[in-house]
Amino acid sequence: MYSITAHNIGKEYKNGKAVVTALRDVSLQVKAGELFGLIGPDGAGKTSLLRILTTLLLPTKGTASVAGLDVVKEYKKIRQKIGYMPGRFSLYQDLSVQENLDFFASIFNTSIEANYHLIKDIYEQIAPFKHRKAGKLSGGMKQKLALSCALIHKPEVLFLDEPTTGVDVVSRKEFWQMLQHLKQEGLSILVATPYMDEAALCDRVALMQDGRFLQINTPEDIIHSYTQPLWSVKASSMYALLQHLRDYSGIDTVFPFGETYHITTSHTWQSPEALHQYLQQQGQEQITIQRITANIEDVFMHLMNQPHD
Amino acid sequence: MIDTNSHIITANKLTKTFGDFTAVDAISLDVHKGEIFGFLGANGAGKSTAMRMFCGLLSPTSGEASVAGFDVRTQSEMIKRNIGYMSQKFSLYEDLTVRENMRLYGGIYGMSTAAIKQKTASIVEELHLQHELNSLVKTLPLGWKQKLAFSVAIFHNPPLVFLDEPTGGVDPITRREFWEMIYRAANAGTTVFVTTHYMDEAEYCNRVCIMVDGKIEAMDTPAQLRQQFRAQGMEDVFLQLARKAKRSGD
Repeated sequence: MYSITAHNIGKEYKNGKAVVTALRDVSLQVKAGELFGLIGPDGAGKTSLLRILTTLLLPTKGTASVAGLDVVKEYKKIRQKIGYMPGRFSLYQDLSVQENLDFFASIFNTSIEANYHLIKDIYEQIAPFKHRKAGKLSGGMKQKLALSCALIHKPEVLFLDEPTTGVDVVSRKEFWQMLQHLKQEGLSILVATPYMDEAALCDRVALMQDGRFLQINTPEDIIHSYTQPLWSVKASSMYALLQHLRDYSGIDTVFPFGETYHITTSHTWQSPEALHQYLQQQGQEQITIQRITANIEDVFMHLMNQPHD
Repeated sequence: MIDTNSHIITANKLTKTFGDFTAVDAISLDVHKGEIFGFLGANGAGKSTAMRMFCGLLSPTSGEASVAGFDVRTQSEMIKRNIGYMSQKFSLYEDLTVRENMRLYGGIYGMSTAAIKQKTASIVEELHLQHELNSLVKTLPLGWKQKLAFSVAIFHNPPLVFLDEPTGGVDPITRREFWEMIYRAANAGTTVFVTTHYMDEAEYCNRVCIMVDGKIEAMDTPAQLRQQFRAQGMEDVFLQLARKAKRSGD
C-alpha cells in the first residue's frame, strides 16, 4: 500500500514567452508509514512537486495519488487527509498561538484535545507562549506551531517543505526527533530539504536536481552505489594544494570537504605514493592521503556530473 | 596569508544590553589579518548583535572593539567604508542588472568610474558573466547570484568582509565553488568573518568561535576543538556547547 504515488509528473511554468520546466517526468512511490526525503538545492523542483501532491498546483503532465486518491479529481478529499507545512511561514501572524491552533482545529471540525497525543510533545514546548502573537515568535517556535497546526486533524500523510532551513543545529536535531516520533504514530511523511546530511535520517530519499530525480534509494544504498575510488588529501599549504591537485593528471575531480579535499581518480592514476611524491616535489609537507568511503554529498556531486538522457 | 601578529578585529569585554537582557556578554576576541574566521552560535546566542557592533551598525553598551583600525563606538562611519558585507537575505538589487549593481556599489563606496569599469571587467571574466551583464539579477540562477554577491561585497577591495549565512540552498558543487572564492580572497589578504548554520562549513575556517548565551564558549582551530571536545566533527562540538544554553531563541 502506497501513501503517495507519482507517475511521470511534469510541470512547466510560462513566464511571458519563456517556458520554465520545473519537473521533468518524475515518478515515485512512498510506502505507508515511510519517512521519505526529497533532497536537493533551491530550484530543483521540490516545492513544485509538494504543491502538486498537496493539490495546490496542477501538473502539466502525469498522474499522482495521495492516500489512494487522485490529486486532480479527488483533491477535496485529499485535503481532509493531509497535513502541509509550507516553506514560508503561513499561519496568521496577528493571531496568538492558541488562536491559530483553535482556528485550524475548527476548520477541520476537530479540537486540540481530539488528537492531543500527536502534538503533545510539540505543543508542550510552545504552551508557555500560547498568548503570544504568532508573528512575534522566534523561528524555532514558529516552526513548532506550524507543525502542530499541520497535525491537528490527525492527517494520514504529512508534507513538509524545508522545515529546517535557516534553523540552527540544535533545533534541527529536535525537529527530526519529532518526525521520528510521528513516524512511529503511523504517519507517512514526505519532507523536502536542501541539507544533504538530513538524508541519513530518512527511510528513503530522492536526490533531486534540475527537475529530475538523480536517484531514489535508501541512504545506505545510495552510499553503496558509489563505486569509484575516493581519496581525501590534506597538506601543509591547503590553498596551493587545490591547484596542485587540479594540475595532476591522475585526478578527475577535486572538491573541498572541510579541512580536506576529496579527489576522484582518472585512468592515468597510479598510486597514492606517486601522488605523495608529486606533492612533495611541489613543496608540500605533512601530506596525508587516505582512501575513504563516500558520503551523500560525494554521491550527489558525482550524479550531478553525469550526462542526462 | 594569515598574520597572527596583526589583528583586523579586536574586542575587549564587548557588551550589548537591551533593557535587562544582555545579548552580548563581555566578549573578547582577536581576528587575525588574512584568516577565515567562523562565528557560530544557536539562534538567539547573540551572533547577530555582535556582528552588528563589528559592522558599526550598533553601538556597544560597554567594552571596546576596533575593526580595521577604527573604534566601533566613535568611528562607525569609517568602519562601514572599510568593510564588505554580504548576507543571503540581502545583497544585490534584483531589479537592477548585473552591471547596474556593480555600478551602484562602486559608487556607494566612492570608487572612480575608471576603477568601477576595471573591476567590473575583472569580475565578469572571473565569473563568466559576459552574456549576463545586462540581465536583471533576478533572472540569474541562485548559485551565480551568490558568487556575484560575494564579488560585489569585496568590490572596493576592503581588508575585511563579513558573510552572514552566505550559502544556504545551493547545490553542493556551487557551494564549494563559493568557498573556493572565499579561499582566493583570503589568500589575497582579505580577512573573512563568516557565520553559518552548516557545521561542515565551520571546518573550512582557520579558526572558529562558538557563542552560547551571549558569551564566547570556545575559540580555536577546528582540529583543536575536535580534540578538546573529543568530537568527530564540528557538529558534535557545537551540540555539546549549544545544549548547555539556558536561553532559547525566544
